[in-house]
Amino acid sequence: MADTFTPVAPRPAPAAAAGMSMWLRRNLFGDWRSSLTTVLLLALGVYLLPGVLQWSLFQAVFGAHADACQAARGSGACWGVITEKWRIIIFGRYPFEEQWRPEVATLVMVAGLVVSCIRWFWRPWLALLWVGVLAVFFALMLGGVLGLSPVRTDLWGGLPLTVMLATLSIFLAFPLAVLVALGRRSNLPAIRTVCIVYIELIRGVPLISVLFMASFMFPLFMPQGTTIDVLVRVLVGITLFAAAYMAEIVRGGLQAIPKGQLEAADTLGLSYWQTQRKIVLPQALAMVVPSMMNNFISIFKDTSLVTIVSLYELTGALGLALNSDVNWRPFKIEAYLFITAIYFAFCFAMSRYSLWVEKQLSVSRTR
Amino acid sequence: MGVSARAPSKKPIEWSWRSRVVRGWVYQLLALGVVIAGVWFLAHNTQENMRTRGIQSGFDFLGSAAGFDIGETTFVAYDPSESYGKALWVGVLNTLRVAVIGIVLTTILGVLVGVGRFSRNALVRGLCYAYVEVFRNVPILLQLLMWYLLFVDVLPPTQSAWKLGGMFFLSKGGLSLPAPVWAAGHAWMLLGAIVGILVAARYRAGLQREFERTGQDRNRWAVPLAMVLGGAVVGCAAGGAPREWSMPEQLAFMVDGGMSATPEFLAVLIGLVLYTGAFVAEVVRGGIQSVSLGQTEAASALGLSRRQMMKLVILPQAMRVIIPPLTNQYLNLTKNSSLAVAIGYPDVVSISNTTLNQSGRAVECIAVIMVVYLSTSLSTSALMNWYNKRVAIKER
Repeated sequence: MADTFTPVAPRPAPAAAAGMSMWLRRNLFGDWRSSLTTVLLLALGVYLLPGVLQWSLFQAVFGAHADACQAARGSGACWGVITEKWRIIIFGRYPFEEQWRPEVATLVMVAGLVVSCIRWFWRPWLALLWVGVLAVFFALMLGGVLGLSPVRTDLWGGLPLTVMLATLSIFLAFPLAVLVALGRRSNLPAIRTVCIVYIELIRGVPLISVLFMASFMFPLFMPQGTTIDVLVRVLVGITLFAAAYMAEIVRGGLQAIPKGQLEAADTLGLSYWQTQRKIVLPQALAMVVPSMMNNFISIFKDTSLVTIVSLYELTGALGLALNSDVNWRPFKIEAYLFITAIYFAFCFAMSRYSLWVEKQLSVSRTR
Repeated sequence: MGVSARAPSKKPIEWSWRSRVVRGWVYQLLALGVVIAGVWFLAHNTQENMRTRGIQSGFDFLGSAAGFDIGETTFVAYDPSESYGKALWVGVLNTLRVAVIGIVLTTILGVLVGVGRFSRNALVRGLCYAYVEVFRNVPILLQLLMWYLLFVDVLPPTQSAWKLGGMFFLSKGGLSLPAPVWAAGHAWMLLGAIVGILVAARYRAGLQREFERTGQDRNRWAVPLAMVLGGAVVGCAAGGAPREWSMPEQLAFMVDGGMSATPEFLAVLIGLVLYTGAFVAEVVRGGIQSVSLGQTEAASALGLSRRQMMKLVILPQAMRVIIPPLTNQYLNLTKNSSLAVAIGYPDVVSISNTTLNQSGRAVECIAVIMVVYLSTSLSTSALMNWYNKRVAIKER
């Protein structure tokens, strides 16, 4: 009996269990309520989309023609305002012929930030790299060295100012925050009280009042004759403000360290600072990376407030570019959308990155 | 002879650098010294500067006439001949108005969107996600400026306001809507509603007891709602049933009558609600996600319906994760309302600013701002801490 084995022909995959149609059925037309929602939302989209496209693309003016923009007003967007004004919006009042300097400086700074996000670069010499980045940034922006003409800080503006304020205040606030957080958890009552008062006082008031203080009242606080650049004062204000919030985040991490770790360190005879440096902080800081990133994002957004104390960062530079120009002033909304896109790009990138870091951390935890 | 318990020996303090206690004292004294010296230095400089520049100090200026007008007031009437103190009080009330209404709306929006992220419909999920990402990643100041610009630029002038059924008017001048004319009957109505709420609370407590005793879960909303509404209706009838409504009317150059909200107020409110709502949505989503999947599975194994699962299993556990960050968002909303100064809504910061420019009392005006925000912050967090204690799950 030569019975050869003939396999049964494979059955086709059930049509309704996989693929596009099943996804649609499950996610858009699950039951009558879901279907109704889908239909309504699609109808709304179809109703709105042509108008949006007409305004933003088909009827829009892209060239820097004020007359054409004026004619298209109400029916189409005037992106020409960006073609015309982007230099002032991005670089503020920085002298026109020197604008390559803030350009390069911002690129260097952003490159430094991007590099610091890559795991391979998390080495001790990253700190040296940052010293270099900051040196290049300030040399380019301030001038006065290597034959660059000096530029006063009150002419700084736009994106370089935004990026610089955010980066520097994060750098300065972080060590302060760690110290304050440790102080708040200290068992020395006087130090603890000082730290608590600082944190609660700062967290209880809006940033804008801190900035008002830094820009209007600071001269009153200093001995007569001392003048400190308003940029520095505002930077100090943002730093002190950010540090209080960061300290609370770090404290969250400190509280999550099991007591056994501290006791073990004591048993080994480590001193307070050795314990904190080698045992507590490495664990605590790794734990709070996601909330720290969120905090960085909000510091980046908060730099927009310095426009209220008359520094022309991105938001302020926009007012600078348009408020005094009768021809282009009516198209402010398009310019707002432009800087909205810039802020969004930065913040969205940071929040995506934070998600990635979170994933990396959870990998190490769930071995 | 038994071993007597050793009395805790009181070690004499060893006066050397190697003693932790001594070092602790030294550090603390040093820290205090630095702080006190710093504060003294600043205070001394300030006094010195004020003397040489001839700046007066003290809070006596609060009594003198303000002399500036305030665009809108909450509950109290104000005119420029009244004092700075009154003006600042108007500012505080304006801040509180925007904060309280904002917190209520933000909570509703945030919870809806946060739950929407778990919708079974992909479009709803996508929209909620897009909303959260867009509004959370753009600075609130920029959003406020844009809303204000939309109000003053895009909306029609008051003469040709957008109308809805002759009752709602929306224009550059703001939003007008019908309002009941206040009469004694409304006080009765309120009283009736309060009595209704008290009775309903007792009724619901009874239902809860019955549920815990028998496991019979009955609808806890229909009857209590009827009680509250009934109370209100009875109160209204008892008070003579006031039915007069003030309707907004289109006049030549303005819309008059009814309730109205200025474009500044609307811009601040909409901006704050949409911005904070995105954060609240994330908080709610995080809270719901923090409840482990096993809980949901156990609940469905017990045969609970989706609604019961949400109410009895997921939400009580999610709440303790949600409340603390939610408190922070409420505080953020209140503090962010200070940005109203950028678009001219007369909140306490904006009025303090005007006062500062007129009277030159910088220290005092900033102190007023700080005291107002500190006290709102501290009282909000006290309230939320109390609520947090109530919803916290008692573990053993």
